[in-house]
Amino acid sequence: MKSGSNLEKVLASGKPAVTAELGPPMSADGHEVRKKAQLLKGFCDAANITDCQTAVVRISSIAAAVIALQEGLEPVMQMTCRDRNRIAMQADLLGGAALGLRNCLCIAGDHQSFSAAGRLKGHPGAKNVYDVDTCQLVGILKKMRDKGKQEGGDPLEVAPQFFIGASWTPMADPVDFRPVNLMKKVNAGTDFIQTQGIYDIEGFRSQMEKIRKMGLHERTAILGGIIVPKSAMMLKYMDSSVAGVSVPKSLIDRMNRAKAEAGEDKKKARELQEQEGIKITIELIHQVLETPGVKGVHIQAIEWESAIEGIVKAAGLYPRPAFD
Amino acid sequence: MIIGSQKPIEEIWEMVRDFRKVLVFGCNTCVAICHAGGEKEAETIASLIRMRAQQEGKEMEVNHLGVMRHCEPEYFDPVMDEVKKYDLILSTACGVGVNFLSDRTGNIPVYPGINTSFYGAVEAPGNFVELCSGCGNCILHMTGGICPIARCSKTLMNGPCGGTNNGKCEVSKDVDCAWFLIVERMKQLGTLEKLSEVLPPRNWSTSRDGGPRRVSLEHIRAYEEQESQKAATAGGKK
Repeated sequence: MKSGSNLEKVLASGKPAVTAELGPPMSADGHEVRKKAQLLKGFCDAANITDCQTAVVRISSIAAAVIALQEGLEPVMQMTCRDRNRIAMQADLLGGAALGLRNCLCIAGDHQSFSAAGRLKGHPGAKNVYDVDTCQLVGILKKMRDKGKQEGGDPLEVAPQFFIGASWTPMADPVDFRPVNLMKKVNAGTDFIQTQGIYDIEGFRSQMEKIRKMGLHERTAILGGIIVPKSAMMLKYMDSSVAGVSVPKSLIDRMNRAKAEAGEDKKKARELQEQEGIKITIELIHQVLETPGVKGVHIQAIEWESAIEGIVKAAGLYPRPAFD
Repeated sequence: MIIGSQKPIEEIWEMVRDFRKVLVFGCNTCVAICHAGGEKEAETIASLIRMRAQQEGKEMEVNHLGVMRHCEPEYFDPVMDEVKKYDLILSTACGVGVNFLSDRTGNIPVYPGINTSFYGAVEAPGNFVELCSGCGNCILHMTGGICPIARCSKTLMNGPCGGTNNGKCEVSKDVDCAWFLIVERMKQLGTLEKLSEVLPPRNWSTSRDGGPRRVSLEHIRAYEEQESQKAATAGGKK
């Protein structure tokens, strides 16, 4: 075992892994993290604790991850390259490890301009750091863990034991370069990969075929990303605006039909779309898990953590494996 | 070259309003090409300040002047006596020029008349684009001649992030994804396999890491010292 994390154990057991996501709140409300952790506990093997996603200031991933751990939910701390240089990153990694964290997902991070893209003021005038990029951060973690050395070469008396993750967007431009992109992350030392949300299962499978030819699926555990759709509008938005995500028209049509069934009743329209979204999610989970080379799913129910229990149960992925 | 852009006249006015004799001092190299701070633009700024002073009933003498370069003393030395007659020098050179001149004007302040934007090129008349960050350790041979430090919004060194959309950057539909361009260019050059290698964390000490940088050419420094010694022993003045 590299880290002894629950996620690592599940993957080592050969059973499909399930990860979920927990978005920390935009205030010092630790109770909110506990509440969300309770919703996810028992229904996933580990939950990603996002690191100021969309560049919005929230409880830090490390702090929220420790709260999740206290609640009995295994966290995957996330670390973006946007906000810290290698000194701060390594200090936080050592701190996270000392506090009991065992999984870390390395990620470039959304550009700071995203923070003001919606209704929030955000911090679009912030300076981004990018001292290192994702591949380099993965390499730093691996060097700390396996060689017991800081990036600069100084020894670590106690090395942090992280199961190292990275994200992968299989179908973003330039599409033919994306397998190389994954290869670099694997070569740098990534133990597991969580992909961007997949709706276009054919597109994903064709990329996975290339990945299998390169043998990458045997060197890292690929967890297919599933973003639970809530409405037709959300699907259309993701199709048109989210990089690397294309949503087949048939799925948007299904959501539109669910919405139309409710007529003028807005509450019912929301409920019917949510139900259809969960059905679509379960189908996608099965299709992703049936794809050769895939070792699990990463289910993101954004600001809808309560949906995870039903989804995981209906997908036949409950109970989750338990280890002593 | 260095690309500059004009400051709003309001901001300039706030800087200059309390001075009586102001010289708007243009630089006729880079910032003249990008229509920001050459002698011609210095003249325009000077007349805008004069108009504003008149509107506000302020007595002010505002003139303009231009030299070829503000970053080498030999270009402005001949006009220094003239320059020193003013209470304020509003330099429309780049920040290099402002700093450099300010070190040489004693108790006369030098204020910036323009914003220094970046190192760039003339993409089309009136369109200037940033292409280099001056990081001090060029890797363009490894990235198809396209700089990921200057042109990727995240200065990524090992390929695109997940935000590339139709060849554009996640930051804006008007910004090309540098890594998309790099991949396409290296395909064209037949060197795509070079991108398979993971580039390790960079040593940013050659870049903007928190201290001023200096380039010293020893052979030129040695020659200059020799010449000045010769002049000294010959009893001449340099």
